[in-house]
Amino acid sequence: MEGLKVSDSNMVVYLHPSKSNKFYEAILRELSSLLFKFNENFDGVVLAYEFNILDKNAKILSGIHPYLAVRLKAKLLLFSPKPNMLLEGKVVKVTQGSIHVIVLGFSSAVIADEDIRNEFVYKTKNGEEVFSSKVHKRHVIKVGTMIRFLVKSLDEEILHISGSLAPYRTGSIHWLANHLEDVTVTDRSKKKRREEEEESVLQDHGTVSVEALSINNHHRSKKSKEKRRRADS
Amino acid sequence: MRVEIRNEEPAFPQLDNNVGISDSDLVSHFKDALTSVSTGDSDEYNHLVAVMHHRGALAADEVAMLVTSLKGLSEAVSYIDNVLHHSLLASIFSMNLWNCRTDVMDALLELIISLAASSGKYVDSCLEMLVGHFMPPQSFTNMLKEPRGISRKDQVLSRVHSSLKIIAELVPLSPMRLVPIVIQRKPHYCSKETSLVVYGENMLKLESGVFGELVRSTMLSGFVDLLIDLDVEIGWDDILQDDYSKGIFNMELEDLDEATDDELMDGNELPRELSRKGLVGNLFAEKLDSLMVLLFEHLYSCEAVGRLSEVFEILLQSFQKTVLTAYKSKFSQFVMFYACALDPENCGSRFARMLVDIFVCNAYSPLLRMSAVAYLASYLSRGKFLSTSLIANSLKRLVEWCLDYCKMQEGEINPQAHRIFYSGCQAIMYVLCFRMRSTMGVPWFKSQLLAPINLILSHNLGPLKVCLPSIVTEFLRQSKAADLFTTSERFNFDDYLESEFSRAFGGMERLDMFFPFDPCLLKKSDSYIRPNYVYWSMVRPTYDDEEDSSDEEVDVNAEIERNDEFSREHEDFDLDEFDNALNQMSITPKYRFGGALNDPLRMPSRIRPSTSPESL
Repeated sequence: MEGLKVSDSNMVVYLHPSKSNKFYEAILRELSSLLFKFNENFDGVVLAYEFNILDKNAKILSGIHPYLAVRLKAKLLLFSPKPNMLLEGKVVKVTQGSIHVIVLGFSSAVIADEDIRNEFVYKTKNGEEVFSSKVHKRHVIKVGTMIRFLVKSLDEEILHISGSLAPYRTGSIHWLANHLEDVTVTDRSKKKRREEEEESVLQDHGTVSVEALSINNHHRSKKSKEKRRRADS
Repeated sequence: MRVEIRNEEPAFPQLDNNVGISDSDLVSHFKDALTSVSTGDSDEYNHLVAVMHHRGALAADEVAMLVTSLKGLSEAVSYIDNVLHHSLLASIFSMNLWNCRTDVMDALLELIISLAASSGKYVDSCLEMLVGHFMPPQSFTNMLKEPRGISRKDQVLSRVHSSLKIIAELVPLSPMRLVPIVIQRKPHYCSKETSLVVYGENMLKLESGVFGELVRSTMLSGFVDLLIDLDVEIGWDDILQDDYSKGIFNMELEDLDEATDDELMDGNELPRELSRKGLVGNLFAEKLDSLMVLLFEHLYSCEAVGRLSEVFEILLQSFQKTVLTAYKSKFSQFVMFYACALDPENCGSRFARMLVDIFVCNAYSPLLRMSAVAYLASYLSRGKFLSTSLIANSLKRLVEWCLDYCKMQEGEINPQAHRIFYSGCQAIMYVLCFRMRSTMGVPWFKSQLLAPINLILSHNLGPLKVCLPSIVTEFLRQSKAADLFTTSERFNFDDYLESEFSRAFGGMERLDMFFPFDPCLLKKSDSYIRPNYVYWSMVRPTYDDEEDSSDEEVDVNAEIERNDEFSREHEDFDLDEFDNALNQMSITPKYRFGGALNDPLRMPSRIRPSTSPESL
């Protein structure tokens, strides 16, 4: 999945003097206030952080409130979806007019029917609402399916993504993992497929250490570039 | 979904009479109506707005049309544009569930959910609309007590909450947006009682709901803020009568006596009725009472499902922020008392620990520390559910702090400079007045409490001269009877309620006279507090030894009878040095009427800073 990156940042956290006896908690609190909100400085949503305090002596700023300035070096896990990125998420609702997806457990995405490629048709199967492919009978999107979709736009305030299933490389991850090579007729090695499966496992578990994610992120961006190249050709 | 439109004059000309229309036809019709606005053809769209805008009683066909339109629109939400279709959105958001039939409600909520999930732009408006339904419209407020009103309330609120839940499933960050909306829309404390109660119910319902974890702290502290808003509106003047000549302890006896008469006369179950007369007709007190009962019930249900501790942590923070810092809160603190009574093992000891921590920590302001120790003293004395070991351990920490303070100080009596120390000493004595008999049973009482207390009280700072005379005399009297101390000095306070010194250490805030857990004067709340509450009349002081051999200091069953015996004993009591104490504790305050009024030491009651409700 694209849109995740780890960034190293230098920060200064200003603490109220009343927090001087529990400054560590105060820094955690300050940094936690960044979580799950879009931040223009980082150009993304902070999902996780870890930090080192650079200098044990904090600077006391003169003024009416002598705040303490603590310098930090922080590693931030950022989520910054941009248009045309491929994201992955879990389907939570299917209606005739839309597919609702949740990405990384917190960001909601919706794919309206005009953005669903014609290959998919809306059906009700045993009382369950599904979108199934006309071409590949087993390519089905229903509640609970992990899908890969293209980002059209992002509402930064509420982190609402408008997505699209128009490109053929989008759809149910499980199905794509097994059948993408048939469609694209390439020499995709089995190793890579395994990697892709691992990705979806990672996605399922949700919590990944920062290091693990940064490595995977690297892989993914390479892969998706490849995919894009393939798609273009 | 398959809808039959039976309409003489169809609002939508294309949807012909009596024609079965398939789902997708209907949806595509609405899509066309919405998209055609951008091309300048807005006839269909205007029809749609007119249907949504219809108010008042609807005929069956109009209802059917409305439901169809709502359902159709919810499938076509992605075609709604917040600028082009502004009027449509406005009329949807101004619909009121309280006035709708259930089928319309369901269809409307389906549309609201679809709107919220379709785009980030509508999430706030949809949440605002749903929160707007937490309170019924004006016309319904009087109906809420009737069965019809109650069933309507259930219909609306259960749907509103389940919609909020579904929106949270589709838009996981929506609770984050919901929280500020709920707090902003919280009714002003001057609103009608029914509105406040209904809104409070909804806040608590959110707290116990599926995304409770995300909203819990804001909902509970918002609720406590509302309590405090009401609390501060009730002036101490409303509670206090002019007969301020009574002692701190004897007022309760007085009230119980009155109450027994009361009960005989009109079978009233609430013995403290008379002392509440100042609050009768006080709307703020009535609102506060109802809201407190609501919170009590909620806490009880939390205890039943075993999640009281997580709720309690938040209540504790909110208590520390709002109640403790408020100027002598009158009733809101009983929420803590009730929560502690539900789980004395954890919550009860946690509360006491927090109060001691604040008192001994010199990072807090003196007023906060004095306030905390006043709460602690009152709490330890009044909680029937508290174990002796907890009381003794809390006392021990207070005593240790006071002793350390004494060791550092050389000076003379100075009520202002050492006010924290004096408030600590007063707290120790006050608790011992209530609990002397049981704490004496603690094995380490002599070594770790008695000896240090002796040192503290005989120190040059002279706490006995500074603390409230009524507490000092009662304390000395009990310790004399128990043979604890031999005081060389005689304290001839007469029957002063306060001394010049105590006024000085209490400061303008009169924290020397602040006993937060004095009997709760709110009628309904009191019935929740009463079973776990120690009245002064239930305390068996150490000088009350002749009666029976039981070591239990709090005797619940025989409290009323004992009052009588108690008074008789007092009449026989003839130790010279305790004459004054006798006056202080006697049941009938006959000696003290008149004289006290002319007392030059006392300010006139009207301008005098307030004191605890029953101490006057």
